[in-house]
Amino acid sequence: MTTTAVADERVVRTSPVASVMKRPEIGALLAAVAIFAFFALTTDTFATAQGASTWLDSASTIGIMAVAVSLLMIGGEFDLSAGAITGFTGLVVGVLTTEYGLNIWAAILVSLGLALGVGFLNGLMVMKTGLPSFIVTLGTFFVLQGIDLAGTKALIGQVAIQGMRNVPYYDQPQKLFGSSFELAGGTVVVSILWWIAVTAVATWVLLRTRVGNWVFAVGGAKQSARQVGVPVVGTKIGLFMTTAGCGWLVGMLLLFSSSTVQSNTGVGQEFIYIICAVVGGCLLTGGYGSAIGAAFGALIYGMANQGIVYAGWDNNWLKAFLGAMLLGAVLLNEWVRKRAEESR
Amino acid sequence: MSDDEKVSATGKRIGRVAREYATQQAKEAARRKEQEAAETPITADGPAIPPRGTPIIEVTDIGKSYGRVIALKDVTTSVKAGEVTCVLGDNGAGKSTFIKILAGAHQHTEGKFLVDGEERHLSSPRDALALGIATVYQDLAVVPLMPVWRNFFLGSEPVKGIWPARRLDVEFMKKTTRSELLAMGIDLRDVDQPIGTLSGGERQCVAIARAVYFGARVLILDEPTAALGVKQSGVVLKYIAKARDRGLGVVFITHNPHHAYPVGDRFMLLRRGRSMGDFPKSELTVQDLTSMMAGGAELESLAHELERTMGADSEVVADLKAEAEAEAR
Repeated sequence: MTTTAVADERVVRTSPVASVMKRPEIGALLAAVAIFAFFALTTDTFATAQGASTWLDSASTIGIMAVAVSLLMIGGEFDLSAGAITGFTGLVVGVLTTEYGLNIWAAILVSLGLALGVGFLNGLMVMKTGLPSFIVTLGTFFVLQGIDLAGTKALIGQVAIQGMRNVPYYDQPQKLFGSSFELAGGTVVVSILWWIAVTAVATWVLLRTRVGNWVFAVGGAKQSARQVGVPVVGTKIGLFMTTAGCGWLVGMLLLFSSSTVQSNTGVGQEFIYIICAVVGGCLLTGGYGSAIGAAFGALIYGMANQGIVYAGWDNNWLKAFLGAMLLGAVLLNEWVRKRAEESR
Repeated sequence: MSDDEKVSATGKRIGRVAREYATQQAKEAARRKEQEAAETPITADGPAIPPRGTPIIEVTDIGKSYGRVIALKDVTTSVKAGEVTCVLGDNGAGKSTFIKILAGAHQHTEGKFLVDGEERHLSSPRDALALGIATVYQDLAVVPLMPVWRNFFLGSEPVKGIWPARRLDVEFMKKTTRSELLAMGIDLRDVDQPIGTLSGGERQCVAIARAVYFGARVLILDEPTAALGVKQSGVVLKYIAKARDRGLGVVFITHNPHHAYPVGDRFMLLRRGRSMGDFPKSELTVQDLTSMMAGGAELESLAHELERTMGADSEVVADLKAEAEAEAR
């Protein structure tokens, strides 16, 4: 079989280990297992049902945003306004209901519309101007932050929403966004279910739909994608709107789980989302990454966040830990990308 | 060794590689027929490929001018099913203008442009595609980090199921990518690997296979070997021959006569925007092709220049003079 011999010469050979190691989320998965094992062995409460509900709770809202941000990053863009939008949407609902007596469902829809509008504007500005999304969304971030702080104060004279529980029909959306139930001795907050659902849908869309294929393409090589007929502008604007939509979801989850929202909610979280997405295998340059990896990244964040408390350490070590994780992940991802792009 | 000699030596090596492939082609064609019989052929919709030898594109005295600048004038040639038409010319000879007219990116201002015997004015690349004329540009339009099978169908992904469960037909995509590449003679064990891990020649071939699958009858290849090494160029030449064997008409643009000659059936030479003739292979040798491309007058002046530096009795100079004289006749 001379022909086969000729063909085999050009075939790329990969060992099974190497092909598993090529999955973008593998690093985050291994790190999550290691961190779980570490805190489970060094602290008493970490591996109990009660302990697990605490760190899952803390991972869930971060996780929803990290997944959305990972899609956006695979599509080659950033969104620094992703944190501020979670506070903004909660404040809109709080102010409209407590101060202006709007029906709570109407207020929730209004805030969803505003969030999608912000996402659309982010996307439109990035696509029409060709400016880096880093700068454009930094602008929207500061605008939203200003509105959150100054707007709230001007309208209700306070920096936090109060009296949400007295709003008519409060318990209806509260069931959807803020309830919890007992399971095997632990408390499962509903945001964990939302987190799992968002991760599952995002992973499915990314890997098994046309839109997912386009997301990879617009992030990996915009010009090539355009040449073969991928709707580049629509895909990218859709990604910005998805991120803002998830910001709205997290805003509702935060509002209805605590029945209040501070005017600085979400500020500073945008970098945590990006860290989780990068730890999960997303490249800063786009075109590569994983939604489920970002969920693992958020899990690592949640576990470290609570594990440090259980271990009785200074909470601020979390920051140093996250930074180290980020650097490690960037180096790993860069290595993976070089291998993937290597011309033979 | 002068640069010219290097180029010609490289070209000869490529010619040899290509000839080796040609002998292999017979064996591979037999193997492919077996495969085709075993698998159900998967083809996209579009105009059918006519029988071998039927002209698909015919251009007569075609020309293009931008205001007062004449970019192309009096070009006549044809592209037949199952044949390779090579368009040769140096930089700035008008090759780009010519292929842009064929690809629908530019409109001709003079002459006749017939597709399937009907006169056409293509107003966009989409028009050309609808007629089955596909162009593979040098950047190939692939996304390096994406797997081969995702790249193959990018922008035209097949789906199955009803929304919201509508999803990519992954199995079909992988199977088709594998079989289409196999039909072009690329045997990938893993279509899941990022396309960036393929060599430049293989990526070129994936782009060609994609165009063929999506209904191309005429394939326009814009300098596919320009950025490749000797061996890779040989691989691409092999796939050009494959596409031809599948009955497609191929327009192969190059400035290297040693690449063009082994696979070409018809040669159209461009110089300074004008056609220097349109020849079937039987009327030309590779030496004729080389000297015509360099141009008689240029060769003469080059010979004079080299005479001063290398001495009149130099072998190279003597060769050049002889070629220049042959050209003048």
